[in-house]
Parts: sequence; structure tokens; C-alpha cells
Amino acid sequence: MSGPSGTELAERLRGGDLTAAPAVLNLVENAAPAARDEIAALLRGVSPAALGGEARAHVVGVTGPPGVGKSTLLSELVRAWRTAGRTVAVLAVDPSSRRSGGALLGDRARIAYDPEDPGTFIRSTAAGTRLGGLAPATRAAAHALAAAFDVVVLETVGVGQSETEVAEVADTVAVIVQPGSGDVLQFLKSGIMEIPDVLVVTKADLGDVAVRAQRDLRAALRSIGRRGTAVVAVSSVSPVRGIDELVAALDAHRAGLDVAARRLAARRAGALADFAAEHGERGVRALGGRRVARRVLEEQAAGADVPALTAALESRAGAPS
Amino acid sequence: MSHRLPERDRPWMMRTYAGHSTARKSNELYRSNLAKGQTGLSIAFDLPTQTGYDPDDELAKGEVGKVGVPIAHKGDMHALLDGIPLGEMNTSMTINATAAWLLALYIVAAEEQGVEQSALQGTTQNDIIKEFLARGTYAFPPAPSLRLIADMVAYTVTEVPRWNPINICSYHLQEAGATPVQEIAYAMSNAIAVLDAVRERVPQELMGKVFGRISFFVNAGVRFIEEHAKLRAMGILWEELGRERYGVQDPKHLRFRYGVQVNSLGLTEQQPENNVQRIVLEALAVTLGRDARARALQLPAWNEALGLPRPWDQQWSLRIQQVLAYETDLLEYPDVFEGSKVMDALVAELLEGARAEMAAVDEHGGAVAGVDYMKAALVDSHRERLRRIESGDQVVVGLNRFQGTEHSPLTDDAEGGILVVDPATEAEQREAVIAWRADRDQAAVDAALAELARVAAGTEDNIMPATIAAARAGATTGEWSRTLREAFGEYRAPTGVGEAAADAGAADLEPLREEVDRVSEALGRRLKILVGKPGLDGHSNGAEQIAVRARDVGMDVVYEGIRLTPAQIAASALQEGVHVVGLSILSGSHRELIPAVVRELRERGVEAPVIVGGIIPEQDVEPLRAAGVSAVYTPKDFDINQIMADVVALVAEHNGAAASA
Repeated sequence: MSGPSGTELAERLRGGDLTAAPAVLNLVENAAPAARDEIAALLRGVSPAALGGEARAHVVGVTGPPGVGKSTLLSELVRAWRTAGRTVAVLAVDPSSRRSGGALLGDRARIAYDPEDPGTFIRSTAAGTRLGGLAPATRAAAHALAAAFDVVVLETVGVGQSETEVAEVADTVAVIVQPGSGDVLQFLKSGIMEIPDVLVVTKADLGDVAVRAQRDLRAALRSIGRRGTAVVAVSSVSPVRGIDELVAALDAHRAGLDVAARRLAARRAGALADFAAEHGERGVRALGGRRVARRVLEEQAAGADVPALTAALESRAGAPS
Repeated sequence: MSHRLPERDRPWMMRTYAGHSTARKSNELYRSNLAKGQTGLSIAFDLPTQTGYDPDDELAKGEVGKVGVPIAHKGDMHALLDGIPLGEMNTSMTINATAAWLLALYIVAAEEQGVEQSALQGTTQNDIIKEFLARGTYAFPPAPSLRLIADMVAYTVTEVPRWNPINICSYHLQEAGATPVQEIAYAMSNAIAVLDAVRERVPQELMGKVFGRISFFVNAGVRFIEEHAKLRAMGILWEELGRERYGVQDPKHLRFRYGVQVNSLGLTEQQPENNVQRIVLEALAVTLGRDARARALQLPAWNEALGLPRPWDQQWSLRIQQVLAYETDLLEYPDVFEGSKVMDALVAELLEGARAEMAAVDEHGGAVAGVDYMKAALVDSHRERLRRIESGDQVVVGLNRFQGTEHSPLTDDAEGGILVVDPATEAEQREAVIAWRADRDQAAVDAALAELARVAAGTEDNIMPATIAAARAGATTGEWSRTLREAFGEYRAPTGVGEAAADAGAADLEPLREEVDRVSEALGRRLKILVGKPGLDGHSNGAEQIAVRARDVGMDVVYEGIRLTPAQIAASALQEGVHVVGLSILSGSHRELIPAVVRELRERGVEAPVIVGGIIPEQDVEPLRAAGVSAVYTPKDFDINQIMADVVALVAEHNGAAASA
């Protein structure tokens, strides 16, 4: 293994050293068997037990269909956060299929940032095996970077299922929709889609169309009894507007959140997903199914990190029940 | 009809695309070209001028005076045109994002010569859509860019009535890999987008005149029969469009008028003398048939694939035109293809294909909304072309067949047969613009720019009067552009690579994929490459093809498009954790920019090896290697799979060495 050890990286993250981020990603993306223990050491070093509480960052999921203007919006969000003095890490999950094994990671192209600014970190990662799914490495990266950055963004593509997976990692999920596209309305009403914490309507420069989209979404949310969900209209073309409102809406959601409970749920869901990724459905059945798996996870200490939880599942699966 | 013309036709306008170093040096070149029998001017601007930066801007580094002349203010324009009678001259300016500004400087320079703007003749290229698609020198987002074009058309149609405010370019589409059908269809779709925008800003009774002022800038490749058919097809479509969509009736307004620069994409670095016959044949494509003959012609030089041409190289190309026009009998006959079954059938075939493709663009929302669609289609076509050359299905003499050659004496001189711009030029121009700013009436400039900002922020007023006032007051290219960037916002065009289809079926990629998999496994994660284009050069075809092929053989590819600073590339390489960095430059600024990228990488602790591709003269290869570059590729390296194999081996070696250390 080249590069710094997991223990060293965890220590740097705990000390707020943002320059550790590239090496952290290089490590968590490493699938070689030799890297496994290092990754476990890294995550142990940034677990609530090691930190003495939940990691500081606001973990924000930003998701929406292709072409909706996510990256341009993110560009403006990053600018707003940095202006407010908050450090930001963006994990851009690229949906491109791996037909040939390779992927074109193009998203960072649309996020403008100052290359000399140590407070902004952007990493493109390929999607997991499913289209739009989160790779285990991305979840691990979000957990680790949350110890050092003020904001960690997970950017994914899709509507209808990807936000469910993002919700398992993020404190706050924002779904981006484009005015005039009916999918989100249908998904919301029919219950196909989990209710996001914040709904963002882009292209507010379109005027009436955007206003109508905003109104329709509010009506849909009312009809399913979710008046609390913020709906924000933004325009990321000049003149840019709505960004401050969006930042405020994200912050308001975080302020009203039981972070410890959400993170605990996130770690448990992550451990189960990692276990399933590693051992397949057959492995889950050997555990006695997902219900048993969840019970096993609930028996573990609240401050335990994901690899420890995964290990607990593995030891249960290996032992005759 | 007689088979002879009653009198010999007048020749087309002969130009040479020229400009380099400084306004004064370019002026000398223009005067000597005119003395040699050239009949019009074609101004090449450097990349900072084209993209709206002054010579002292951070982004201008390495690019000042390289691919054209730097024009920062009216003083430069005055020096550029000194002693050239603007009332008689017909000047073509290859300028797009900053076209309104350069036209304003031209108008002010003419004023100083005592020539009224109504007497000026010429063309501003001003085709922004092809900049998003192929050439890369855009500055503002699509909507305000189209507004600038519409303003220029509306202004010139009454105030500078002999000016062609826009040249719809299919030239660069072919350079980016377009097939003849794509070239026709995208050019026409582009014209529709422009004319629709103009229609909003001029009264209907002027539309005939406006339509008549739109000219085209076309390419011609070496398949010269088909290329000629392409031009006939464009003429038919253009007339149809005028009648049906814009209600134009005057036949004079409906005529398809075009200028040409023939193909550079097909010119080779190997046996470069062969390029001369390619250029001659391509010139025939646009002159042979009288019914679709070019109005103006400029020919590239034989050594374009090697570097910048010298005055002698350009003279050779001008002489080709003169032999064609004055020695041959070409201009003595009516249209020689009239009644040709082959020609008629070829034209019909192209028309059918082009109509279908225009409908596809229309379904994608027209040329502005459909930029992503067209860009991806072009990247695909170019990939297809390269694959045919690699496999030998398309023969390129001296490149993939008949490679054995005697030594060419043409490249024997110290510079390797090309023009080398004096490296001191950039520093001189930097200081000159600083001196210019210090020496002018600053209050007048501030007031003019404030007015420009006001006009830009609104939608009612035409941008031209405020732009001309700013030019007159002594504002600079960078100041004009910055004012508009602040009003309009910045923009990054689509790269086209994300959407390009994967070449999954190609069996010859299998061994490479296995090798990439093997090395990726050894690395622990997938082999990751960053493809970067430092500087202002927008010619991204090479970089795009490398990115797509790297993806197709199984690599993770980070490609952020054009116009990046060395610091941006280095920061991306660090954050993305790439194993190798590939850089592409065609503007001749590699000697400054490549070492700067390597330095920025190493300062950030990125040890990944760096490879470089582009138009890199032989004598520059060693200095680049000395600066830390592992490999240099030039146009003669057409086998992309070989480049991929080299990259994989380089990464394996680099990491193997690192692991055992």
C-alpha cells in the first residue's frame, strides 16, 4: 500500500486537515484486500466513539434527473457556502454506465471553484453497480470527510430511487426538479418517491412556468400532508437568485433534525448495504433476512463505525443461529 | 445556351488568413501580401483577443501573438491597418465572441482615416454556435451571445450596409469531424437560430436585406466531387429557407454566398509536401462549378500540421489560387456540371440526408438548445473517421499507406520549416497595454463602460453604439469583455464526450481492456486519467478523442473541457487522484504552458506522469521532456490504441517503481 495509513488520515481529519481529502478518497476507493484494514482503521478513527460525538459536517444530498442543472446550481451553492466561510467537499457520483469498465467523469467541469482555495474539494466517483446507486466507497468517503469539512455534498443523478439511497447517508436531501416536468409530481403523489427534505425548482428565470411548478409542488405536498417541506425556486443563470433562500432552507432542515438518530440509522443502513454488496442476497439470507440483520445492528453500540457493524453482521452470518 | 461565356468571369476574392506577433508586424505582412496580388484581407486574431482578454491577463499567458495578432484597443487597430485604404479594402475578420468590439475598433480606425462606416466592406465571422460546437472561443452564454449577433445584424443592415455581419461557419464543423450531411444540416440549423433571433430585432420589411447579408464560411475536403455537390445542396436549401421561412422574394437576396478555407484536418505531418496537391484539389471543389463557386477563397499552407506558416508558405498558397484563376480556363465556361446525372444524384442524396438531420436538430429544440446533441454527434463522427484511418479503410497517403519516403528538404532550416514567434513579444504587448491604460482619459473610459454595462443589462438598446463609443474612448478588449461578462455571466460549453456512445463492439479493444483491468487491479482502483486543455486554445477534437477512447478501453476519465489554467488542471489532478495526466495544445503555447502545468502538479505533490499531444514541432520535444513530460504525441501518431497502450504501460511502470521504492 502506498500513501498514508488509515490511522494517520483519520488523525489528520480529526485535526481539521482538509488536505487529507485526496488521500482519503484514494484509500476508500481502493478495492485491494490489503486496503480493507486501512479503510476500517480510517473509519474507526472518525467514528462517533473516536470523535466524542457525531461528525460536525452537514451532509447534504443533491439529486435530480439529468439535464436539470444540478451542477450549475451546485456551483452557486459552493460559492455561497465558501463566501459564508464554510468549507465544502463535493462527491459527484457520475451515472455513466460502465459498459467497457471505464467512465467519463464530467461533472466537476460545471462546478466553478478557485483552484487555490483549500476549503473546496471536489471528487468525481463512478456510480455503484446499479445505475445511480452509491458505491460503498462513496458512503465511506462521506462519513470520513464529515469529520473535517463543514459541508459534505453527495451529488447523484436520478429521480424515484436514488434519493432513497442518498437519504441513507445524508442529513438533508434536496431534490432538484425542472419546471414543466411532471415526473416528480407523479412520483410524489403515487408514493414511488420518498419525500425529500427540500424541493428545488430550477430555471426560475423562466418566470411563470417556474412559479406554476412551485405552486403545483406545494399543492402535491399539501395533498399528502407534508406542509413542512420547503419548496425553493432558484435561477443559476445571470441574474442568479434563490441561492440564499436555498442555503437557509437546508440549514433550517438541519437545525430541526435529530442528527444523532439520523446518522445512527445511516451507519446501520450503510453496514447492511456493504454487507449485501460483499456477500450478495445469499449472504443476507444466511443471516436470516434483513429483519434479523437490522436487529443484529440495533444490538451494537450507537457509536460504532460502519466496518465494525459490517463485521458484526459477518460474524453473525458465519455463526450458526 | 453557349458552352462558352461571352466574357471571362472575374476571379473570386483571394485572401490569406494571416496575423501574428504584433499589429505592426502584421501590418507589414498585409502590405506585402497585397503587393503580391492578394485582393482582400483576412485577419487572424490571437486567442486572448478572440476570447476577450488583454495581453496582461493571467489567462493570456503563453498565447499573446501566437495564432494571430493581438488587438487590445483602437491604437492597435490603427497600427494594424496603417496605410491600407479601408474605403476600398474588403476585410474578413475571424472574430466571434468579441466580434461587436472588433467591428467597433475597425469603424473607429476607418473614422481616423476619414472613411465613413457606410463605405466599409467586409465580414465579421460572428458565428457563436460553432464556437460552442467546435472552435471554443466563446465568452458569454448562448442567449446573450445571440443577442449580440442580432444587435450587430440590426445595426449594420442600416449603418454599415455593405458589411456581412455574420458568416455562418460550417468550416469548423468539418474540422471537428462532420460528415457532409452534418456540415450542411448544422450550418442551416445554425442560420435558422440566428435569423429567428434577428427577426425579433428588425422590422419585417428589412428581413430580405438581412437575409441577403448572411454569408457562409465553408470547408472543402479532398473528396472534391462530393464536396462540390455539398455546396450545390447548400445553395438549394438556402433559397428554400429564405422563401419559405422568412418570406424573402428578391432573387439577389436569396443567393447563397460563401467564402472558403479548405480543409486542414486532412493535412499531414508526414511527407508534408503532399499537402500541396490536397490543397489544389480542395480548391477545385469550390471553384469548378460556376453555379456554386466561392466568392472568396483562402488556402491553408502546406506546413499547417507542423506549426505556424511563414510568409513564403502563405505565398505558395496564394500562387495556387492565381494559377487556377489566371492560367487555367476555369473561368471561361458556364457551369460545367449542369445536366450531370452523377452531380444531380449526389446533390439529391445530400439534400435528403441534410433535411432529415435538420429535423433531428429541430426535435432537440433547434441549434441553441440542440448544441449538446450536435456536439455529441460530431464527436461520434470524428471517432468514426479516426477508426477508419487506424484500420486503413480510409487511405491517407504517407500516413497509413505509402509511408516510405525520401528525406524532405522542405523542413531543413533551423526552425523546421515553420514560423516561430519571438518569445519577447508577449512581455512587450503586456507592457504596451499597461502604458496605454495609463495614458488615456480614464474618466471618459469609465463613463463609456458604465453606459455599456447599462445597455447590456437591459434588452431594449442595441449594443453597437455604446460599444463604438467605448472603442473611441480608448477602452481595451479585456475591459469591454469584462463588462459584458459581468452583465451576462460566464459559460462552459458541453464537451460532447459524456454523451458519445461507447464503442463496445470493437473487438480490437479487448486486449487493451484486459490490460487496463489488470493494471487497475494491481493499483487497487480503476486506472484514472485526467485529460486537460491548458490555455485559451479551443481546438478540443484531439482531447475529446483521447478521452472517449480512454473510456472505451476501461479507464476512468476526468475531462473538464477547454480553457483551464495550469493551477486548475493541477488542482483537479490532485483532488481526483488520477494516475496520469494527458495535456493537449494546438496553439503553439506549449513551451510556456506545459512546464507550468508540470510545475503546479509537482508543487501540489502530484507525481503522476504527464503526456502531451498537439502540434508540437520536433525541436520542442526535448525541452518538454526536460521539463518533466514523459511522452509527446503529434498528428503523425494517428494510432490512438497505441497511445492507450503506452499510457497503461507508463502508469504500470510508474506505480511499480513507486511500490518497490
